[in-house]
Amino acid sequence: MPTKEDLAIAKQMPDAGGHFGQFGGRYVSETLMAALQQLEQTYEKLWRDPQFQAEFDRDLAHYVGRPSPLYHAERLSRELGGAQIYLKREDLNHTGAHKVNNTIGQALLAKFTGKPRVSAETGAGQHGVASATVAARLGLECTVYMGEEDIRRQALNVYRMKLLGAEVVSVKSGTRTLKDAMNEAMRDWVTNVDNTFYIIGTAAGPHPYPKLVRDFQSIIGREARQQCLTQTGKLPDVLIACVGGGSNAIGLFHPFIEDADVRMVGVEAGGYGIETGQHAAPLSAGSRPGVLHGNRTSLMSDEGGQVIGTHSVSAGLDYPGVGPEHAYLKEIGRAEYTAINDDEALHAFRHLTLTEGIMPALESSHAVAEAMKMAPTMDKDQIIVVNLSGRGDKDIHTVAEIDGINF
Amino acid sequence: MSRITESFNNLKSQGRKALIPYVTAGDPEPKVTVPLMHALVESGADIIELGVPFSDPMADGPVIQLACERALLHGTRLIDVLDMVAEFRQTNQTTPVVLMGYLNPIEVMGYAAFADKAKAVGLDGVLTVDLPPEEAHEFNRLMKASDIDVIYLLAPTTEPARVEKICAAGSGYVYYVSVKGVTGSASLDVAEVAEKLNIIRQHTDMPVGVGFGIRDDASARAISEVADGVIVGSVLVNKVAELAGNQALIPEAVAAITASMRQAMDK
Repeated sequence: MPTKEDLAIAKQMPDAGGHFGQFGGRYVSETLMAALQQLEQTYEKLWRDPQFQAEFDRDLAHYVGRPSPLYHAERLSRELGGAQIYLKREDLNHTGAHKVNNTIGQALLAKFTGKPRVSAETGAGQHGVASATVAARLGLECTVYMGEEDIRRQALNVYRMKLLGAEVVSVKSGTRTLKDAMNEAMRDWVTNVDNTFYIIGTAAGPHPYPKLVRDFQSIIGREARQQCLTQTGKLPDVLIACVGGGSNAIGLFHPFIEDADVRMVGVEAGGYGIETGQHAAPLSAGSRPGVLHGNRTSLMSDEGGQVIGTHSVSAGLDYPGVGPEHAYLKEIGRAEYTAINDDEALHAFRHLTLTEGIMPALESSHAVAEAMKMAPTMDKDQIIVVNLSGRGDKDIHTVAEIDGINF
Repeated sequence: MSRITESFNNLKSQGRKALIPYVTAGDPEPKVTVPLMHALVESGADIIELGVPFSDPMADGPVIQLACERALLHGTRLIDVLDMVAEFRQTNQTTPVVLMGYLNPIEVMGYAAFADKAKAVGLDGVLTVDLPPEEAHEFNRLMKASDIDVIYLLAPTTEPARVEKICAAGSGYVYYVSVKGVTGSASLDVAEVAEKLNIIRQHTDMPVGVGFGIRDDASARAISEVADGVIVGSVLVNKVAELAGNQALIPEAVAAITASMRQAMDK
């Protein structure tokens, strides 16, 4: 177990070079170095600037609709017969997921730096939609890179982005999913670095992205901590959030890092099962450290260092790496990581819909499934906070397909 | 003195510039690579940059992405590429070979194991696209101990103070990326490159190679007038791709391109 001093250090991470212990850093081609240094300087200045903070807070309140509720899922909790489950309702945000917290922040950075164009990568399409949304609002040109396979399974979000005025580029290289979309977005940025702000959607990538995405998403944990204290008089016993790159999870976890008694559980995509190799769960599978997309982290790569193709029913978790801060929190023993398989996530999707009338995104369904496993093993006066990171409307097509229904 | 430094010194004394072709190892099949390297040398190449295939070549355009995919289809790993260098060295002990690629394959092999093996096979230099000097202290130490030159990139966006820092960390030569973009993308502006090279030379005595955007005899010649080395990649890899169905023709056809560039540069 980490000591109090360890946790105080952990809370202050990353270091000046963007390292979270041995993870993180800035592993990029020289072509991007100047842009990243400029972004870092801009961010460090603006994040402390009261005017920027006021504008960010105002947008979160009146555009996103924050604070998002912390909802006691009484029926679900009663049925499971153990701990009380509370849902942090990020699904109720404008655009339907936590992603917008970050795109609001990064779009403000783009605005303050005067870039007329933004680009983004997307898996499930939620980050793409959130980027297209803020671009529409600020009158910025927007290009979203999305894997061909994800375009197929998230057709609704693709059309949403187009309605919002964004150009959606189909990425046909590699595995045609999120990782390849990110490669292509980085190539775009290298080429258009003078006029483009690259909005990374997850707490990964080269420094300062993992840090700034975490800072923008930490509103989730700050609110949840206060709401839990107000509603129950105490802190939660367990936090549960799904982890692809891990932006919703780090947003929930970070404000609790020094609350040593609060367990943090990140839930990765187990796909067909860790033992099959067909998953997207580097931390749960114990993947060795590797370097991809500008940071060192736990990475699914083979003996020759080639990145391995992943599988998950949820496009948003279908990624071979993970945000470096999660790799670090695992290494120091502050957070735990586990995996939920496709079947379990689909079951949780249906179950939460039927018991609470809340349809979770397939990504968030992984976190719900873990809570459903854990709650019965806990006492009735214990509290689990689940980050319900997004709503499931976008996944109806995928679930219907599994049910053999074609619209 | 490293083989790379010796090569540049010799060229300088002859008043010539280095021609540095890049090909992806194992593309389209492993057996093509070593004969292709020899053919490049015969056509007038001074240093060979051998690409290590990677699943996610983020700094590369479609031409080299596809080359990586072809090479990976036949399972060309970093260890295989090092073996190709060893095979090349059996009959050529003079032409420097530089590996160019991404960090993860080296990361997974382990820096120390890579350094040992690289020395053993007679490798001369390594250019790791996504390993900037800030993250490379341990890597540099081990490469230096194995007498392997570490070659770094400079970009149009690199500030002068950073040029100095990067050149201090590297050895052999520095690689100036002449355009903002991925490999094989835009065509370059020679006047702009010349201006930037003047700034770079205020900060280093190392030879400067220029790459990205050199696609024909005219651009090779123009760059050879301002740089110490001309690095050419995508146009060669494109030819390899064209002849993937007729592999016996690859060495000669690719070498014809570099031979023509060599002539243009030496005029």
